[in-house]
Amino acid sequence: MKPIFTKTAGLTERPFHYCPGCTHGIIHRLIAEVLEELNLIEKSIGIAPVGCAGFCETYFACDMIGAAHGRAVAVATGAKRGRPDRVVFTYQGDGDGASIGLAETISAAARGEKITSIFVNNAIYGMTGGQMAPTSLIGQKTATSPYGREAATMGFPLDLPKVLTQVKGAAYVASVSVDTPQAIQKAKKAIKKAFQVQLDGLGYSFVSILSTCPTNWGVNPVEALEWLQTKMKPYFALGELKIPATEGGGEA
Amino acid sequence: MALLMKGNEAIAEAAIQAGCRLFYGYPITPSTEIPEYMAKKMKDAGGTYLQAESEVAAIYMVYGAGAVGERVMTGTSSPGFSLMQEGISYLFAAEIPSVIVDVMRGGPGLGGLGPTQADYFQLTKGGGHGDYHAMVLAPATVQEMVDLTKLSFDLADAYRNPVILAVDGILGQMMEPVEFPSYEGQKLEPKAWAASGAEGRPKNNIVSYYLTNEVGEAENRRWGQKMARIKATEQRFAEYQMADAEYAFVAFGTSSRITETAVDMLREEGIKAGLYRPITLWPFPEAGLAARLNQIKGWISIELSAGQMVEDVKLVVNGKAPVGFYGRQGGMTPEPEDIVTAFKAQLLGGVQA
Ligand SMILES: Cc1ncc(C[n+]2csc(CCOP(=O)(O)OP(=O)(O)O)c2C)c(N)n1
Ligand code: SF4
Repeated sequence: MKPIFTKTAGLTERPFHYCPGCTHGIIHRLIAEVLEELNLIEKSIGIAPVGCAGFCETYFACDMIGAAHGRAVAVATGAKRGRPDRVVFTYQGDGDGASIGLAETISAAARGEKITSIFVNNAIYGMTGGQMAPTSLIGQKTATSPYGREAATMGFPLDLPKVLTQVKGAAYVASVSVDTPQAIQKAKKAIKKAFQVQLDGLGYSFVSILSTCPTNWGVNPVEALEWLQTKMKPYFALGELKIPATEGGGEA
Repeated sequence: MALLMKGNEAIAEAAIQAGCRLFYGYPITPSTEIPEYMAKKMKDAGGTYLQAESEVAAIYMVYGAGAVGERVMTGTSSPGFSLMQEGISYLFAAEIPSVIVDVMRGGPGLGGLGPTQADYFQLTKGGGHGDYHAMVLAPATVQEMVDLTKLSFDLADAYRNPVILAVDGILGQMMEPVEFPSYEGQKLEPKAWAASGAEGRPKNNIVSYYLTNEVGEAENRRWGQKMARIKATEQRFAEYQMADAEYAFVAFGTSSRITETAVDMLREEGIKAGLYRPITLWPFPEAGLAARLNQIKGWISIELSAGQMVEDVKLVVNGKAPVGFYGRQGGMTPEPEDIVTAFKAQLLGGVQA
């Protein structure tokens, strides 16, 4: 019998540790498939964050470096400048990339650093048990916003991909989701494009992916997808927000 | 042929000659000649100078470059060095070879631009979290800055450990004649552990965490053994007039140079003083100092700080003789006469010889 679906060679044999209904795993698979399809498994260096994906170096089949919380992009910069012949990517949560590592993200974008960042936005700090994230929504109850995020005192959720469209060195910025099969297809296309932009040496590429955290949102996996669709999708800009200048793109 | 060179530039040139091809840094006085020299020279050397957005980013760029197996360096001054502490802890745990220059300036806080040695604690005791040490080398001349910079890259690779060059503002800015002997370097194993792309081999991971306390303790013990190995083999020091000395100064870097003059002045008065100069601040050169314990009637540590290294001196002397201290702070340096006076007051009971 001809196999119609196999596990991608971009992933190791190790089973994911993610909670039921968490979409980190889907995102891992998409990246791994892209690594395989672009023949990059042996040519890539991935940077793991600190966050729920902090053990992803055991899942991706390429060489991996574990960064400190928020420093993945700086580590990636160091690695890429050391080995410009390699494809270097970061995998980061929203706290990692948009709060403690915000300066690194924007600065690498401004430098047009030829790396790719996969930014997983679940509107919460998963790893540490559900505290408020820079992307938590107004009214969202978290362990550190127990009465709901109040704009007057806690500010507004940061839509980082939208910000990055304003940064010249960011060549490709996409914001996608993995809540439906169609969305997953789109997300994979965006990830592939981001790696291609790096291979073409065009600049920084960034893909934000809306992701679920049923555990810390306090809902079941099905409700989590609904929560993402009804609460997150209306707030965060979606789509290919910036395409390379070579394809007619420019600052938003 | 001897060249006349500023200390900071000599460090940068020596690094390039030692095969450093990546420099990440953020400008801060009095260390800026290092990034400036790198910005000018790295291009021709086929390397990369990159101005980071902060010292926090710079140290993690060092981490990334070291992790893929390249020789890499950063240079900064005290406030920037403080920002790098988390990164140095990570460099240690991930066992990434790296070279960091701290051209110390007055603190605490924003402090001043004058020379100091008040980073000694954070340099030698593991300024970041966890049980760790970076190796710390303290040159006292521009020539030694060249020689120790080259050595630091070999030590970093050999032990897979961060190595820090501890310099103060005076040494960094001072011009002296230097020679650049051709660099042979140690014979070192290829970096098979590097996460440089898994072509033709199983994948490599470089991480700094452990998931169970048992593994955590085992890892810490393994690192502890490495620290013990470094302590046993890498202690370095120099002695001046120590052969027949009855009293000994302990000083490094700029303060050791001023202290040499104080030793000469005391010798002229017939007082047998000597100078014990640590070259490695970590590992602190305990063995050489301990070897003089039966001979020395009193020790005194001379530092550009409120007295930091003196604690290590006391640990080695362990009550066998009095240990004094004299220091200046905030960017001030002592005159040799001040050192002589402090010595007499503390070790000769104020009595003139
Ligand atoms: C310097 C530092 N500060 C704080 C932490 C604790 N910490 C670990 S992960 C994390 C946030 C994780 O959230 P996110 O980046 O959004 O990823 P997620 O776990 O949600 O996937 C925090 C605050 C840390 N490890 N290091
Ligand atoms: S805590 Fe949230 S983000 Fe982390 S694995 Fe569980 S569901 Fe996923």
